[in-house]
Amino acid sequence: MSFNAFLFQALNGLSAASGLFFVAAGLSLIFGVTRIVNIAHGSLYMIGTYIAYSIATKVGGAVGFWGGIVLTALLVALIGAAIEILLLRRIYKAPELFQLLATFALVLVINDATLWIWGPEDLLGPRAPGLTGSIEVLGRRLPTYDIFLIFVGPFVLWMLHLALAKTRFGRLMRAATQDREMVGALGVNQAMLFTGVFALGALLAGLGGALQIAREPATLATDLIVIGDAFVVVVVGGMGSISGAYLAAVIIAEVKALCIGLGVVNFGGFTVNFSKLTLVAEFLVMAAVLIARPYGLLGREQVAVRSVAEPEEPLRPATAATKIAGLILLVVLVCLPLIAKNSPYTLVLGIDVLIAVLFATSLHFIMGPGGMHSFGHAAYFGLGAYGAALLVKWFAAPMGLALAAAPVLALFGALLFGWFAVRLSGVYLAMLTLAFAQIVWAAVFQWETLTGGSNGVLGVWPSAPFDSRGAFYFLTLALAVLGVFLLRKFLFAPFGYAMRAGRDSPLRAEAIGLDVKRVHWLAFAIAGAVCGIAGGLFAFAKGSISPETIGVSRSIDGLVMVLLGGIQTLTGPIVGASVYAVLQDFMMRSTEYWRALLGGIILLLVLAFPSGIVGGFVKLISRRKTTSKAAS
Amino acid sequence: MLSVENFGASYGAAQILYDLSLQVGRGEVVALMGRNGAGKTTTMKAIMGLMAQSTGKIRFDGHDISGKQPYEIARLGLGFTPEDRRIFSDLTVLENLDIGRQPPRKFSDGVPAPVWTEEKLLALFPNLGEMPNRPGGRMSGGEQQMLTVARTLMGNPLLMLLDEPSEGVAPLIVELMANTILELKKAGVSILLSEQNVHFAELVSDRAYVLEKGQIQWNGTMAELAENIDIQRAYLTV
Repeated sequence: MSFNAFLFQALNGLSAASGLFFVAAGLSLIFGVTRIVNIAHGSLYMIGTYIAYSIATKVGGAVGFWGGIVLTALLVALIGAAIEILLLRRIYKAPELFQLLATFALVLVINDATLWIWGPEDLLGPRAPGLTGSIEVLGRRLPTYDIFLIFVGPFVLWMLHLALAKTRFGRLMRAATQDREMVGALGVNQAMLFTGVFALGALLAGLGGALQIAREPATLATDLIVIGDAFVVVVVGGMGSISGAYLAAVIIAEVKALCIGLGVVNFGGFTVNFSKLTLVAEFLVMAAVLIARPYGLLGREQVAVRSVAEPEEPLRPATAATKIAGLILLVVLVCLPLIAKNSPYTLVLGIDVLIAVLFATSLHFIMGPGGMHSFGHAAYFGLGAYGAALLVKWFAAPMGLALAAAPVLALFGALLFGWFAVRLSGVYLAMLTLAFAQIVWAAVFQWETLTGGSNGVLGVWPSAPFDSRGAFYFLTLALAVLGVFLLRKFLFAPFGYAMRAGRDSPLRAEAIGLDVKRVHWLAFAIAGAVCGIAGGLFAFAKGSISPETIGVSRSIDGLVMVLLGGIQTLTGPIVGASVYAVLQDFMMRSTEYWRALLGGIILLLVLAFPSGIVGGFVKLISRRKTTSKAAS
Repeated sequence: MLSVENFGASYGAAQILYDLSLQVGRGEVVALMGRNGAGKTTTMKAIMGLMAQSTGKIRFDGHDISGKQPYEIARLGLGFTPEDRRIFSDLTVLENLDIGRQPPRKFSDGVPAPVWTEEKLLALFPNLGEMPNRPGGRMSGGEQQMLTVARTLMGNPLLMLLDEPSEGVAPLIVELMANTILELKKAGVSILLSEQNVHFAELVSDRAYVLEKGQIQWNGTMAELAENIDIQRAYLTV
């Protein structure tokens, strides 16, 4: 690649960086002030592309295009404000991650709403009136619209800086980012501030989306792609730092552009195809940055948030009633093949649910008692599934051996990734785990010769005597019960106490001689290994495994299951996984708009049970107990 | 001005304040005395609406403020100066002051309350006047203490909750704080201050409540408390 071509790619990268920056800046502002990780921010961007497309094509001309961009940004700001007022305001007192669950539900609802309004086809907008030409730069043609985008990014950055420094609203935002409770005690209505910040963040997302229609078509897949990129940018730049977001957006866009530009390069006999690295480049950058600078390039250590939620109840060993209920459930599960003789599908669903339970319980192990919110639990699921499937594919290994290898491979993966992850906390830990999961996913996707690439590994069927559905169901049941029981045992052993001590007060735990990082690292590894079993079972249950089954959506599914059940109870993940798996299955079969329905149900559950389904019941019972005590 | 009746507050399952009652009259400086952990800070926070679980009745300048949001309470003219100061460290002195700004207000009987501006406050605290553009994070403890008081005054409060103004600052600043409290009193601002140090409280207060284990153990005039060695020995001295 010539030096000129290199520079040209760098210019391309700069124009891509602007759009990335808008979304990331909005996400960062919202997180800073409200501490909400707004997963739906990519959806706001997506709505922006569709609305701008509609205005530009319906109105037409320069007014439709340029006026449409401004109008779109304002409309999306209104949508953001509405989301804050109607939904999020009701759950500010819920545990932080619950708000994340609510915004995830919004992603589902918004995606289906967009499908319903605009249809499934990609929509290519008109070219920007007045900027349709291109100019020659370094011997190549660069569209003038791209040059416009290169300048829009820094311009908005400058405007944001001015707004944050020179306006009262900006000062309030900066103050609230640090200590929102104190801002309230000084007479500032937080609700107004939060609505304002949400509107501003949404405005930026809508603007970013609207500006893209002249470059790329509006599509329904945008929401998750954009939110993934935006997260990476925010974390690399440092949460809450607007300049950091711009810097990170430029770095990531540049790295991606250069990977495309480099193409296939020969390093003394080794050929490396850099364009294949684009999928994983940003995550490699993020992992490297987080390992070297745990709070991002321009970020600072997060001040402990003064939580408005009530303190958590400690975990208690199962009561007699819970034990009996568990036993009854177990008997029912053992009898399920008999009960469901006439509907073989019930067993298929049963296997799915059991695998989901094992997956969610292992995630809960590190999230709840460990306090480590992993956003990349799919990595260990994937390592288990691919470990088992590849042994069968390449070595024709028997199922027993393959299933035994699944947790081992996942364990090694978790030991490696966990070593880095436990050095971080909060959102940064979440993002690093996400990065590792994406790296696993990309490796599987790109390493075609080993893994079959996007086709996956086929023909991974259970061998005798588990080749009947009933027998495999029993195997899954046995392993799921064993896994859940094992994790429970760990939690009520001194190791589990140490884990919780390290979560609640790392400093004091260290002071009494606990090596908190080591304890959490081991917990991470244990959870990974158990999750690997779930992955192995999954591969055999489906007979195949492909990259899409171990992507981001699986990690998110796990989070939803854990949060839906309630993070501070041990039965929570079991209930959450069962409810979610059955709901998802039922809805996918009954309606085209299953996402919206599922999202709607999650929203209702979030509003009705702000501490999860099981947590909600526990509270209800304890409240009844105290009232009856007071009455007597 | 402020009256607290049969007040209780808990954090999680732990009850911290029990059946607490106290009054602050208009223009009065009242000291809430007690050792570390007696419940002084919790009382202040609970009055300000910052404790999630509390019971009982609080009235302020004719309004029932129990169960109200902190910002609503602040907008009625109750100022809060936290013990840990809670300065916005990324914001400059002037910006910190701006966050506290509220419109001028009147007492419920129509008498206007003292109005504070940046100029007045920078004159009252000359140290702050020398560093209007310094970020809060790069100030000394004493300077931060002045800033937190000044920031609360920007809201033109009718009554100020002043949590341990003399804690952890140099003797010179302690003296300045005492003078400031007397100035404020002269201007008509009522003050409820929490304090461990009898000598400091004696300099500024009219009356005192003694708190231990979340309950009021004694109350009377400051002069009485200053003479009552038994009470001091039982609840105050270490």
